[in-house]
Amino acid sequence: MRVRVLGGGCKKCEALLKATKEALANTGLKGEVEYITDFSEMASLGIMTTPALMLDDEIVSTGRVLKTSDIESLMIAHQGL
Amino acid sequence: MGTFIQNEILAMHWLNRLVAFLLQTIGINIKTKIGGSLQFFFYDVIKITILLCLLIFLISYIQSYFPPERSRKIMGRFHGIFANMIGALLGTVTPFCSCSSIPLFIGFTSAGLPLGVTFSFLISSPMVDLGSLILLMGIFGYRVAIVYVIMGLLIAIIGGSLIEKLKLDDEVEDFIKNARAVETRGVTLTKKDRLDYAYEQMSSTFKKVFPYILLGVGIGAIIHNWIPEDMIETILGNKNPFGVVLATIVGVPMYADIFGSIPVAEALLSKGALLGTVLSFMMAVTTLSLPSLIMLRKAIKPKLLGIFIAICVVGIIVVGYLFNILQPLLI
Repeated sequence: MRVRVLGGGCKKCEALLKATKEALANTGLKGEVEYITDFSEMASLGIMTTPALMLDDEIVSTGRVLKTSDIESLMIAHQGL
Repeated sequence: MGTFIQNEILAMHWLNRLVAFLLQTIGINIKTKIGGSLQFFFYDVIKITILLCLLIFLISYIQSYFPPERSRKIMGRFHGIFANMIGALLGTVTPFCSCSSIPLFIGFTSAGLPLGVTFSFLISSPMVDLGSLILLMGIFGYRVAIVYVIMGLLIAIIGGSLIEKLKLDDEVEDFIKNARAVETRGVTLTKKDRLDYAYEQMSSTFKKVFPYILLGVGIGAIIHNWIPEDMIETILGNKNPFGVVLATIVGVPMYADIFGSIPVAEALLSKGALLGTVLSFMMAVTTLSLPSLIMLRKAIKPKLLGIFIAICVVGIIVVGYLFNILQPLLI
């Protein structure tokens, strides 16, 4: 699974990145967490509010610092497990 | 009935009586300067905290229905001055923090929204939000709150239209113009997601803003009981024709939430400062702040940034003088 955290480097974005890494580790799913800070790239992906989270090509959350447990549920749902 | 809602629910006068009663019970005379300051401090901190939590929760819930993706779509349906009006109105309900301003800017621009409409949105967003409307009602009464919101929207509409007329599209940084944004529908939210979002916003705003409230109320309490009335009247009251300009210039570099600036405004007003002077201070503090200007500078060139700042400052000063003239009718 390709996991992307998008944000301009503000506190909220860092918090989401940390929670996402934890969530991936907790679920034990295979995947890599990428941190995208380039605004043009965000735009090309359709992101208007940061921080945002993408699982593969799906935008699952925008403008929120999700809790680790919420991200775990999103990942599990996304994988169809 | 209207007065009851105004005094007891919005302004929470019952809380002031309760604080006075409790202070007297533990042997503090509220007629003394220290006692009076303590009463003001506790009453205001509790009142603003209650209002803040309720308001942020309620507003965030409403805002979850207006993600920028949706606002952009709505704005795109209107043209000319109507687009600016809709931009200014949506600016008040679309959640957006300064760290999102660049992706938001790109999203608006590449969807073909005119620059002026984007600016109507960007001006009204920090200046007039739903929170300030209700908070102002509680403290200055509904007439002041309504006029404040109308004025804020007018600045946003006129400012945006002016930027449009000046044809400043070249003043947007190239990477924004060249970026190709993809339009998405935005994330679908359930009712639980919205409630969670509202709760997250409430607790994170509370943590962020509480020190400012303490500071603001602290300064307010000092003004309330220790600074002589003549001094405030001389600087910020009838006696100084430049009070509004002074308040605006002092307010611009300051960065505080509206919740922190209100207690200071309230205390100054009760000590004889003019309404417009106090409101222009508040508008200046909340609308323009260094962190958001630094962010915006990444998206637009210095000339446009300068024009943006100038429009806001002039608008705030004009509104200040207007409020000073209207004061006898509003309070």
